Amino acid sequence: MHELPVTESILQIVLKHATANQVRTVVSISLRVGEMSDLEDEWIQRYFDYLSKGTVAEGAKLKIERVPVTIQCAGCQAAYSVNIRMDKDPKCPQCGATGGKLLAGREYYIKDMEVR
Amino acid sequence: MMDEIRLIEVKEDILSDNKGLADRLRADLKKSRTFLMNLMSSPGAGKTTFILATLAALKSTLRIGVIEADIDSMVDAERVARAGVTAIQLRTGGFCHLDAAMVAKGLEALDLSLLDLVIIENVGNLVCPAEFDTGAVKNVMILSVPEGDDKPLKYPLMFSVCDVLIVNKIDYLPLSDFDLAAMRERVLKLNPGIKIFEVSAKNGTGIEAWTSWLVQEASAFIDR
Repeated sequence: MHELPVTESILQIVLKHATANQVRTVVSISLRVGEMSDLEDEWIQRYFDYLSKGTVAEGAKLKIERVPVTIQCAGCQAAYSVNIRMDKDPKCPQCGATGGKLLAGREYYIKDMEVR
Repeated sequence: MMDEIRLIEVKEDILSDNKGLADRLRADLKKSRTFLMNLMSSPGAGKTTFILATLAALKSTLRIGVIEADIDSMVDAERVARAGVTAIQLRTGGFCHLDAAMVAKGLEALDLSLLDLVIIENVGNLVCPAEFDTGAVKNVMILSVPEGDDKPLKYPLMFSVCDVLIVNKIDYLPLSDFDLAAMRERVLKLNPGIKIFEVSAKNGTGIEAWTSWLVQEASAFIDR
């Protein structure tokens, strides 16, 4: 739902690195996005295509890697991954307890970019 | 050779600018001894009525200001101002949430040396506001009884990031099939540390328990 501001941030960071590295064209950008976020890959790419027009990042392909939700069990402290969209009632596979601390799944991270 | 593809390591968090600004806001608020609370809910859960009930209960205890965020209207700020409280209206112009930069603008328009507590009424939405740190010291959300007890399943992030859940319109409970125990269990699974208050902003049920928690938290932060 809020792909636009997030995409603006991606473009700003990419252009900053492009300038610092005297880049002529950005070919692709690798992102890590947590499964807890509701961002849709297709919309991020569409907004990016629109916002990046006329910049060195125009036409760059976004490669989005999803990071699964990982919970640290409140009972036995074991870490386990859950498919948050499918499993609405996750339980620890070690001890069966529910609930715990969110270790991963909220990422919005730019890993690297391929440039010419 | 000119066209060879190179790899540049970026390693940057997309929301780090917002998080950095939010952390600076919290540090400034600590200095000016003002407690900032972010209130979130879906449209129609009763945010403005809940704020008015909170203001009425705390008027003689804390000096309070309100930042109202709406996509494009002034009605909420006008309601709060009629209650005799300083209210700033932020029009987000289509944005579905507030971020730290927008909240910073709202805070600039208030004289923080005269305020102990500032309440942000975020845009009515259970999705986007959950992702953006506003600089608030505590995040509070409202789930109203008519919305249904399944909302923690549909919007897990919102229920995970909040310190307090207000179950509003509790006076509707006898008229609905809302399962309070099931809702509690779902929320506590996502967020075992969350505080839950059952209130009716309209008839005043539960407001005292909520405001005494708020006064305690605000006093601890502003060191009164």
